[in-house]
Amino acid sequence: MKSQIPSLVLGRILVALLTLLVVSFTIFCATELLPGDVAEVLLGQAATPEAVAGLRRAMHLDEPALLRFLRWLGGLLTGDLGTSYANHLPVAQLIGGRLVNTLKLAAVTALISVPVALATGIAAAVLRGSLFDRIVTALAIGVVSVPEFMVATSAVLLFAVYLKWLPALSFTSEVQSVWQLLRVFIMPVITLSFVISAQMIRMTRAAVIEALSKPYAEMALLKGASRLRIVLRHALPNAVGPIVNAVALSLSYLLGGVIIVETIFNYPGIAKLMVDAVSTRDLPLIQTCAMVFCLGYLALITTADILAILANPRLR
Amino acid sequence: MANLVEIRGLRVEARTDSGRRVEIIRGVDLDVAPGEILALIGESGSGKTTIALTLMGYARPGCRIVGGSVHVDGHDMAALPEAARAALRGTTVAYIPQSAAAAFNPARTVMDQVTEVARIHDLMPPEEARARAVALFRALALPEPETIGARYPHQVSGGQLQRLSAAMALIGRPKLVIFDEPTTALDVTTQIEVLRAFKSVMKDSGAAGVYVSHDLAVVAQVADRITVLKGGAVQEVGATAQILSAPAHPYTRALLDAFEPAGGPRAAPAPSGRPLLAVTDLVAGYGPIGRDGRPAVTALKAVSLTVERGDNLGIIGESGCGKSTLARVIAGIIAPVSGSIAFDGAPLAPGLRARSRDALRRLQIVFQLADTALNPAQSVGDILGRPLTFYHGRRGREREAGVDALLDMVRLPRALRHRLPEELSGGQKQRVNLARALAAEPELVICDEITSALDTVVAAAIIALLGDLQRELGLSYIFISHDLSMVRSICDRIAVMYAGEKIEELAPAAFGQAGTHAYSRLLHASMPKLDPGWLDGLAQQAEPPAWPAPAPAVP
Repeated sequence: MKSQIPSLVLGRILVALLTLLVVSFTIFCATELLPGDVAEVLLGQAATPEAVAGLRRAMHLDEPALLRFLRWLGGLLTGDLGTSYANHLPVAQLIGGRLVNTLKLAAVTALISVPVALATGIAAAVLRGSLFDRIVTALAIGVVSVPEFMVATSAVLLFAVYLKWLPALSFTSEVQSVWQLLRVFIMPVITLSFVISAQMIRMTRAAVIEALSKPYAEMALLKGASRLRIVLRHALPNAVGPIVNAVALSLSYLLGGVIIVETIFNYPGIAKLMVDAVSTRDLPLIQTCAMVFCLGYLALITTADILAILANPRLR
Repeated sequence: MANLVEIRGLRVEARTDSGRRVEIIRGVDLDVAPGEILALIGESGSGKTTIALTLMGYARPGCRIVGGSVHVDGHDMAALPEAARAALRGTTVAYIPQSAAAAFNPARTVMDQVTEVARIHDLMPPEEARARAVALFRALALPEPETIGARYPHQVSGGQLQRLSAAMALIGRPKLVIFDEPTTALDVTTQIEVLRAFKSVMKDSGAAGVYVSHDLAVVAQVADRITVLKGGAVQEVGATAQILSAPAHPYTRALLDAFEPAGGPRAAPAPSGRPLLAVTDLVAGYGPIGRDGRPAVTALKAVSLTVERGDNLGIIGESGCGKSTLARVIAGIIAPVSGSIAFDGAPLAPGLRARSRDALRRLQIVFQLADTALNPAQSVGDILGRPLTFYHGRRGREREAGVDALLDMVRLPRALRHRLPEELSGGQKQRVNLARALAAEPELVICDEITSALDTVVAAAIIALLGDLQRELGLSYIFISHDLSMVRSICDRIAVMYAGEKIEELAPAAFGQAGTHAYSRLLHASMPKLDPGWLDGLAQQAEPPAWPAPAPAVP
């Protein structure tokens, strides 16, 4: 039988690229809709109409939107992300360090929350109906229902204001030791982990319970397999698809959640940069930040889909 | 202890959805001698599978062993702790499931799962386990025994998977093998191969067996003794030959009677000039239509047939032969690619939407599974009342009277009209399903495998009902089935289908006679007989007739 995997994977990647194109167009249109004229904002209220017109021409703002979109897209493809309107630095330079900071935060959060969430979800499925399962399920639902700014503000109130254990804001520049690194990361990471773990726990639990109710799980039991073996060798391989998807969806939520968390903790990441860029109407910076988020989201979802395809033996 | 298995006073309790406890096994005693094969026979709900599973110390979720002892090879499976039971599963007692297709893990290779028992219990080194598995594959007459283990379950046919599950059970050299209706889901020709393979490996291994089934003819081929169960209690125990020739218990006699369903004599159909239904060169299939005008998967290749008024036409063939597609095309659910359908002389539009309400009324279809065909949210009265309103505009009291008449017609108590489908038994649901078709006052009813999900005795009653209704209402039936004995008992003509083609049309009595198509003869020969020597007799007739394996089922 001819394997369908290469064509399926290729198809999935093409769809992702097409989505990216549509997304870039949407982002461009959305930033176009932002109120106010960039040239006027940049020059201030004292600017003469001639000066504004001159600046508009110099920034190609007088050209049709489609042409500007193509120019911008071409720049993206050749690695030219444009120049910030606000401080005339290349966008790439502005984003570089910030992106690393955000990725660091996301990576630490993922490293902590994914294993914990998967283990908790699987344990809850195996001990279905027990006290442990009920507590986990209730907590997960509770956490899902609480918005992350609530968790973040509560954490600041408790640990920074009331207990005074941790700094309320994150200053990465002061990091000298592992302990300081931990102090900087701990609150943002806890906040983000809380929100994304709950969804992963629920989905993992459901996927494993579904697989455990299948006749092949009963067959394994009747072959004398232990509970652990039934879960690890029989149920999990069939639950990989849904679990990977839940993980990807949760991690992609990091990208959105990070905006609020970085703002609240004043963490110098790309999301904070984007929020600042909106207030200065720095269009190239906003557009690029948005593209980075979308790229991250698409990369996660596409990876999950490809993993699910690879995990399905019927396609092998 | 002389016996390998001794069950004494076994009681199993089940908890219903409403939390009520019901005793589903009520004090059962059973013995199995070493090397003996005992059959547990009874209809669904009789507790045969539940008893078989207690031999492994297992009760399905919601069930619990509440009393008695289950001694297997000296261990009381009912009393052992879970870890000790697990140690005996696969090594002392092994299990062959009803549906191997569901019991094999889709994510792992066949060999991995067959040799897993050896790994779990650390019975032998991996190479030895693989060698033993290949030897078992060969003994079970599986194709390509050396390499079949590398495949995934979806790459192996149903009959082969069933034999592979026997290899999975036998790899740990168990003293007792439990067969849980292992051939129920198979076609008759496949069933023979699987039964033959089971019989030969069981003889070689010398293991004892417990064979759970509702099919007396199958059981007659493999079992030394038969235990007849009903309502969680033993009705009769005896040697196979004795149960078959001199059944003592009334229920056993009913089972035997149901085996040869007798269609009542019908009034000779009134001769009429034109056939009720004439189908000419019907081509149909699934998927996009290619440049040559054929669909991607052709399920029907130029099928023609006629049904005379008052006549019954049987359509028989194995799964995937296109018989259900044919029913759907005639009913208008699937539009044919080419060919024509004429009803009572007038052409019938290909699709459902293009047919007039009267054309729909005169031709009704009854689906195989009443569970999925009846809306679970509607009461029986609603289900039957809606077609009365739709076709005949009956409302209010007139409609209520119509529902009562329909329930009378299918011999159901009128009080059932307030029930939901899930509150009915399988046989009752199928009667409601049938009554819904009758509500339209049709002239032709297509019955698509309507008895295949029912127990033998219940199915025989449905067939008898169909015969009565025909006499009362002057109906014609198209009766689609893979069960030749069922079709023969009610039909005047039988069309044999194979791989989308009608290969032959025969009178019921002509089946099995010389001069008929080889495939018809194979179908006839594959029908299990009550004679315990039937399978062995077949085995001596050289190899099975040379005929290509049936085409894979249409996805």
